[in-house]
Amino acid sequence: MITKDSVAHVADLARLSFTDDELEQYTSQLDEILNMVDQLAEVDTEGVATTTQSVHLENVMRADVAVAQADLTPILANVPTHKGTLIQVPAIIDKEED
Amino acid sequence: MNFETTIGLEVHVELKTKSKMFSPSPVSYGAEPNVNTNVIDWGYPGVLPSINQGAYSLGIMVALALHADIAHWTHFDRKNYFYPDNPKAYQITQSEQPLATNGWIEIEVDGKKKKIGIAELHVEEDAGKNQHEDDGYSYVDLNRQGTPLVEIVSKPDIASPEEAYQYLEQLRQLVQFTGASDVKMEEGSMRVDTNLSVRPVGQDHFGTKTEIKNLNSFNHVRDGLAYEQQRQIQTLMAGGAIRQETRRWDVDKKETILMRVKEGADDYRYFPEPDLPPIHVTQTWIEKVAAQLPEAAAKRRERYVSQWNIPAYDAGVLTLTKEMADFFEATVALGADPKLASNWLMGEVSGYLNANHLELAQVALTPAHLAKMIALIQDGTISSKIAKKVFQEIIANDTDPEQWVNDQGLIQLSDPAKLTPVIDGVLDANQQSIDDFKDGKDRAIGFLVGQIMKQTHGKANPKVVNQLLMAEIKKR
Repeated sequence: MITKDSVAHVADLARLSFTDDELEQYTSQLDEILNMVDQLAEVDTEGVATTTQSVHLENVMRADVAVAQADLTPILANVPTHKGTLIQVPAIIDKEED
Repeated sequence: MNFETTIGLEVHVELKTKSKMFSPSPVSYGAEPNVNTNVIDWGYPGVLPSINQGAYSLGIMVALALHADIAHWTHFDRKNYFYPDNPKAYQITQSEQPLATNGWIEIEVDGKKKKIGIAELHVEEDAGKNQHEDDGYSYVDLNRQGTPLVEIVSKPDIASPEEAYQYLEQLRQLVQFTGASDVKMEEGSMRVDTNLSVRPVGQDHFGTKTEIKNLNSFNHVRDGLAYEQQRQIQTLMAGGAIRQETRRWDVDKKETILMRVKEGADDYRYFPEPDLPPIHVTQTWIEKVAAQLPEAAAKRRERYVSQWNIPAYDAGVLTLTKEMADFFEATVALGADPKLASNWLMGEVSGYLNANHLELAQVALTPAHLAKMIALIQDGTISSKIAKKVFQEIIANDTDPEQWVNDQGLIQLSDPAKLTPVIDGVLDANQQSIDDFKDGKDRAIGFLVGQIMKQTHGKANPKVVNQLLMAEIKKR
């Protein structure tokens, strides 16, 4: 059973703000989703090793070779504002973080 | 009341790769903002990361140098947080199963050796850089975003700021000699965060710890920890309590300053990275990396002493950096006398580098040129006085010393047939000095040698001149 407090906490971490009604609504919806996922617990996994993926691949890697971006224009095109090639963002208050 | 101090260090080291950890963008220091980026680094929708095998191998190399146990099966995890320098809103790191665990570094403080444990090493990607300007905006450069890092987390085995300093020195040297990283604090390829707590002697649980961030030299680490240790003890002695908080070291005020108080544990909601399949580090892979692992500084020091009769102190100086040790060995490999090569590197070369604030890689001197110059001194072609002149030339310019000595006419005059007439001439013109010498005034010889040197423009071989002069003066 997920609580309203947990949902509010996750919303806060995700930088989302909800009204109290919305929180109620999402709490019951998330609860249903989690109950549905919980059905997986019925599967007998005795003796099956835990895994972090659903496809049986390992060591899919590339060699250490650098490939430069030929043109920065298309990437910068989605930046609301930029100065030269720097991305402009609202002032970051917590200056010490960097 | 007596207190004991507990310190743990988290060190981030940039791995020296050509491309990023999860994207093929180039890694280079000082490039124009955002030029070393692509859609993966920006976290554009639909892009997929891919693991840089070279970077992971370098991580294994560092783990081997730190005597750590390498995990055979591991995977990456997402660490979720929001910040403008992190466009995906998560960092790909290793949380559940790090690259390696349980390593150690041996340090020496006041002649006592001590092993400091390493809890774990994990591979992760670096974030971009923010710059703050006065125009009311901040600016983001993602060039550093995705640069491969290995984070080395010590066990809380460090008992004093001095031990922390020695641990960092040893760690820097061990990593530098693997060649896996430049480990330069000033360029940010090595970064240190510290955790320190104090507790009354005998108390079984640790005291509340504080973290210090933004430390940009080993001295700042030592000073910051010493200050923090005192501050905590004084606070506790005065009946106060330590809060779990993050502080920074203010270099000018020489004190740690509160950045923020930590309220509860950070909630990063780690989960396995679904875009990257697990890594299987086979024994073959580890052995392949181990075979490429360069010799550590301590091993090299032993070899210099036993094989080449280099004094232990000199061997220590030569192995302060991998650059110097490699240069020294290359010079000896080209036939130079080890003792002479060592003397030149520790004397003239280091003096020149210090005076000009340069590093070995920034000067034109090559092991081949140094070896050749030493050979010219040893076979008597040039005098040690002329050698200093040759040295100034070959360290500043890419000049072949033999060629230059010929062109400049600096070859030492050792042929008696050519020196004898000069010596005769000088003696003929200085009867007074001959008389003085015969009266027991040895200094007269110095004057005569000086005259001979003057006439040969400093090129006469002093040893040969001395022999010929003594023989001739006795005849008179």
